[in-house]
Amino acid sequence: MRLIALKMLFGDSAKFYGILLGLTFATLLITQQAAIFVGLMSRTYALIEETPQADLWVTDPTMQFVDDTKPMQVTALDRVRSVTGIEWASPLFKGLLVAKLPNGGRQICDVIGVDDATLIGAPAILLQGKVEDLRKTDAIFIESRGAAKQLLQPLTADKNGPKRPMQVGDELELNERRAIIAGIAETRPSFQNVPTIYTTYLRAVGFAPANRRTLSLILVKALPGQNLLELQKRIQTQTGLTAYTPAEFSWKTLDYWMTQTGIPINFGMAIVLGFLVGVAIAGQMFYNFTLDNLRYFGAMKAMGATSRQLLNMVAVQGLAAGVLGLGLGLGATALFGLMIPGDRLAFKLTWHLPIISTFAVIVIVLGASGLSMWKVIRLDPKEVFNG
Amino acid sequence: MSGEQAIFCEGIAKTYGEGEAAVKALRGIDFTANFGEIVALVGPSGCGKTTLISIFAAILSRSSGALQLAGVDPDAMTNQDRTIFRREKVGFIFQQFNLVPQISVVENVAIPLFLRGENRSEALDRAEKLLTEVGLHNRAHSRPSKLSGGQQQRVAIARSLIHEPSILVCDEPTSALDGATGQRVMELIREQGRRPDRIVVLVTHDERIYHFADRIAHMDDGLITRIVTSDVELAALQAVAFEKGKIK
Repeated sequence: MRLIALKMLFGDSAKFYGILLGLTFATLLITQQAAIFVGLMSRTYALIEETPQADLWVTDPTMQFVDDTKPMQVTALDRVRSVTGIEWASPLFKGLLVAKLPNGGRQICDVIGVDDATLIGAPAILLQGKVEDLRKTDAIFIESRGAAKQLLQPLTADKNGPKRPMQVGDELELNERRAIIAGIAETRPSFQNVPTIYTTYLRAVGFAPANRRTLSLILVKALPGQNLLELQKRIQTQTGLTAYTPAEFSWKTLDYWMTQTGIPINFGMAIVLGFLVGVAIAGQMFYNFTLDNLRYFGAMKAMGATSRQLLNMVAVQGLAAGVLGLGLGLGATALFGLMIPGDRLAFKLTWHLPIISTFAVIVIVLGASGLSMWKVIRLDPKEVFNG
Repeated sequence: MSGEQAIFCEGIAKTYGEGEAAVKALRGIDFTANFGEIVALVGPSGCGKTTLISIFAAILSRSSGALQLAGVDPDAMTNQDRTIFRREKVGFIFQQFNLVPQISVVENVAIPLFLRGENRSEALDRAEKLLTEVGLHNRAHSRPSKLSGGQQQRVAIARSLIHEPSILVCDEPTSALDGATGQRVMELIREQGRRPDRIVVLVTHDERIYHFADRIAHMDDGLITRIVTSDVELAALQAVAFEKGKIK
């Protein structure tokens, strides 16, 4: 009877395609919006993931997320270095500065200043140049997306004419000071989506407006075998600063965006909308499909079909529609992710999301099938004699 | 088997609802029918025909009275056993055919065998043979919607007989058909349905098919008021028609 059930479903092409469209669209909406949300949220802690050398990130205690720079006094670095159990501690500058471009344009850039001595915190992937090039006079690295978009330079005097990406050797000004591009880096897009500039810590401090507190973050490497939890406590007790593991700092950053902004609500609403679309279109169509076929189920019940056999048929129909709709929806989502360049749209399809979508589709199909099954169970076979 | 009691009922009553809202659909039916017979239940709307045929088909329980269908009391069975009883012993022909539109004719015919869990290809083979017997072999793989009303009812007849039931219940089998087609369908029911080990119970309003029945039970207000043979019924109908001037 399962084959009959499937043929009944596929044979009613108008309703079948309606159910399929509803489930596919619901899956697409739920998964795609969730993937964009995850992608966007993962960008908020991109810097932390880009700097894998550090075991701990030491910050001002009031810092709420990685971009919420609350500069510390430079002496904080020495205080941290004096804590036992630390192999090394490096300063990191992070701040937004306005860059003046060769064509006269201005562009806000995220400037990262890495340790002058060790260059810890410099980008791991360089498309042009070497890490050591950062030691050259006035040297900066820019990341490839910014170079090819916000920092595009006109080829001719005409500002509206053809443009080229900034490249090694080009110059720009940061706070009236010359900076020469010594390398092009490839980094993960940041949440703010402004070009990122890497330079040394002291040079970055020089680019920034004068400030007594210039130390944004301290990167700490623990000695081998050192218990990180104990080290964190020691740093906090002895320096009055806060030390996070990369995972903790990422979560703290994520938590800020999740709880202090309306972003989750916006995406949550889109996801709920996707779910409701599934319920409204697929659920209702599936229920109507069962209602349309109720007389045939009734005839079968009269002919000796058990309730279990009929429920099995409804379940097979629900399962088939659910699997096909989910598969098409996930396929469409993956296709969407492949077609949209990663730097344009934050899209991260983690393994959790298909599970969430599957769960949502199961709820939709179970709800619709459950109502349908209820009608089938309550079906009085005597009704088939009423014309 | 022919001549043995297929249906025995004594004082069958059926009441729907309770208290002041109670409706007595059957008020004491005494009726016996033998295997090999074709029996018609006739009467005005609301007289209890549908209730009685539902009881004969073991899909409705009586409120009181004694009942034996093919030697067993269906109300003494569990719901599961009654379902199995229907699956094994009862064939159905419905007024609106109730052929599943999304599957082929041959699959529709094989449904009772599928419900019994029989092998699919064997069930389809048997269904094709039966379709040959009802003259629809060439339409076996068509959808029911491609068939005329008469052809659809012939498919329904094949479906009702494929599992060789002991009791064949036909609910207004010709009401959705024109006169000539109805006659052909009834001929088919008589040819294919009548067996020494089977009782055919027919509910109809259609006087033109009364003569296909061996006996006609007239019902009114929840009771069988009289049972006559079709010869007597035919003579009576002709007399009425003569009085009305339809026959000269």
